[in-house]
This record gives sequence, structure tokens and C-alpha cells, in this order.
Amino acid sequence: MRVNNINREFNKGLWEANPLMRQLLGMCSTLAITTTVMNAIFMGLGVIFVLICSAFFVSLIRKIVPQEVRIAVYAVIIATFVTIVDIFFKAKFPLVSKALGPYVPLIIVNCIILGRCEGFSSRNSILVSMLDGLGMGLGYSWVLLVLAILREILGSGKLLGISILPNSYNPLIVMVLPAGAFLILGLLLAIMNSIDIKREG
Amino acid sequence: MIKNIKIVAVLTFICILCAFLLSLVNILARDEIEKNQRREIEEAIFNLSPLTKRIEIFSLDNDKVYRLLDQDNNLVGYGFIAQGNGYQGTIKILVVTNQSLDELEGIEIIESSETPGLGGRIREEFFKDQFKKLKVQPQIECVKDGKKKANQIQAITSATISSRLAVDIVNQKIKDIRDNINNESK
Repeated sequence: MRVNNINREFNKGLWEANPLMRQLLGMCSTLAITTTVMNAIFMGLGVIFVLICSAFFVSLIRKIVPQEVRIAVYAVIIATFVTIVDIFFKAKFPLVSKALGPYVPLIIVNCIILGRCEGFSSRNSILVSMLDGLGMGLGYSWVLLVLAILREILGSGKLLGISILPNSYNPLIVMVLPAGAFLILGLLLAIMNSIDIKREG
Repeated sequence: MIKNIKIVAVLTFICILCAFLLSLVNILARDEIEKNQRREIEEAIFNLSPLTKRIEIFSLDNDKVYRLLDQDNNLVGYGFIAQGNGYQGTIKILVVTNQSLDELEGIEIIESSETPGLGGRIREEFFKDQFKKLKVQPQIECVKDGKKKANQIQAITSATISSRLAVDIVNQKIKDIRDNINNESK
């Protein structure tokens, strides 16, 4: 029973409560940074780290934080870990940091993270909260990756910066523009919905 | 009352903890970030001034100035960072000049938070390329109706203020550096 429960808390982020495809949270950064796979990988890693760490801390102090200031406390904790990620990327991966630009610091206001802190970590034990964070983070990352892979291949004929399509391929510029993100996101949502409908039917 | 004290205590505790964590990470990463920025500047200099083989850094009146040397250690130019207020926030520009400081090799925008799509276009090649081999005698002029002289650049359409401010920042800095270098050689 307990193991099942833990499994469920982890799994739900991957599909049935996927932060992007089911809760439709954190769309802004998703649409903006999925132009290349490299960006998506680092953005995903950053969000996973922030989700797990803030889940740990929020869960740890959930019994001593007064109701009135809980959101302020969560915001400070989230901002701290996001800034750590930002500094780390700047030091170790300056090129990626430059490409992601303001979207790393903007993880602070990514509603997925505040949503998990307020909705889950603040009322669950540490281990379960961290698992929930990991699941949500992976759920966010895989959607990001799929979007980025499709957009990079279709939009510039490359994967991870290496040309994989023949030169005769004429890149669909629209795919690297915001409109392309909306198109692929919509298609992905439709595919996920139809899979769910088939399953239930 | 007790409740208020608890609120203040918890917030203070969390903030101190977070500040501690942040300063720790900052101390660990500071050197590396500085090194990355220096490398970025040096790469930009090599790009803008192909003759440069070696870069010497010297301080001039609190400023860091890069002396650009070719393979025979002859001075071929100067590089320095010009910084000032843009339309939104600070603009930081790397300026590379020839050895007599009267012609630009080019510029690179290191930092800017100008409006994307408008002033932000000072980062784009078509704007930066105008500064290549641009005369700075007596100074650069920013014009709107087509450039006619060798010291003029064309402002970006609908971003005249950002264009003009970028030019002003570069002009001011070149003037300062000229004065300082002249003083030093006296």
C-alpha cells in the first residue's frame, strides 16, 4: 500500500498530472526556450533541481511556517535555489547560460514550482514531497525535450547543433518562431488526449 | 502579539539561511564567472581585430584597458569597455579601436536590456557592422536620414534613443581614454 502510494506520487507528474500537458502551467518559458534541444536539457535540469530542493525545504519547515506568510517564505526559498542554478550555469556553462538568458532567473516565478510547494510539499512528508518534485520535474522535462527535438529538426534541420537532414531540406522557419511552439504544443496535447480517450474507451 | 513575533522570527530565520546559502555559492563560483567574462571579451577582441595576437591589460585611471599587440609586439589598437545608461538599464559595450584611437575596429554589445525587437536590435549584426572601420574624428554621429560621412552611423528605425545612447556611450569613453592616454604619455 505504502509503496504503491509512493509510486503514484512519483508517476502522476509524468502523465496524468503532467505540469505542462495536464495542468498547463509554466507555458511561457516552455514556448520560449524549446528552440534547441540543448536549451531544453539545461532548462529541464534546472527546474528538476529547484523542484526537488524547494520541495525538501518547504516540507521540512511546513510545521513552523505561519499560514499568513507561507507564500513569502516559499518565494524566498524558490528564489534562492533558482539563483544558485543561475550562478552555477554562469560559472560552468556560460554559453548555455547566455542562450537561456532571462529564462533561468524567471524559473522563480514559474507557477509549477510555487504550485507544488503550496499544493503538495506544504502538507506532505519530506520524502514524498521530493519524489513528487522529481516526478513533476521529469514530466516537465520530457515534454520540453519532445517539443525541442521536433522544433530543432523541423525548424533548422539540426539536432543538438549537428545537421542531420540533407542540405536539400528547406527549414520551416515558423518552427523556431513562437507560432511553431504553439502548433507543436497543440498537436502534442491532441495526441495525449486521444491516447487517454482510447485507454478509457 | 506572540503570533507576530513568530512570523518575524520565521521569516528572519529563513532569509538568513537563504542569504548564507547564496553567498556561499557566490563565493565558490565568482572566480569562474569572472574568468568566463574575460574570455568572452578577449574572444570578441580577436574577432574584431584580426591582427591582434596578444592582449596586454593595463589600468588607466580605474579603467581596464586592453592593449592589442600583433605578432611582432607592435601596438595595433586598444580595447575597452564603455558603459552607460541606455533607454532601459545599463548598456555595456566593448570598443576596439586602432592604435591612434581615431578609427574603430568594431564594437560588441556585452550587456543590454533594451526593449527586445526595438532598442534590443543594437545587438544585431547590421547595427554593429556599421561601427567597423568607422572614423571617430571628431566623434561618431548618429543620423536618421542616411549616412553621408565616414563618421556617421544610421540609427535603428523606431529605436533612435537606444541607437543614440549607444553612440554617446562609445563617444564619451573614447574621449576619456584619449585624454588619459595623452596625459600618461606627457
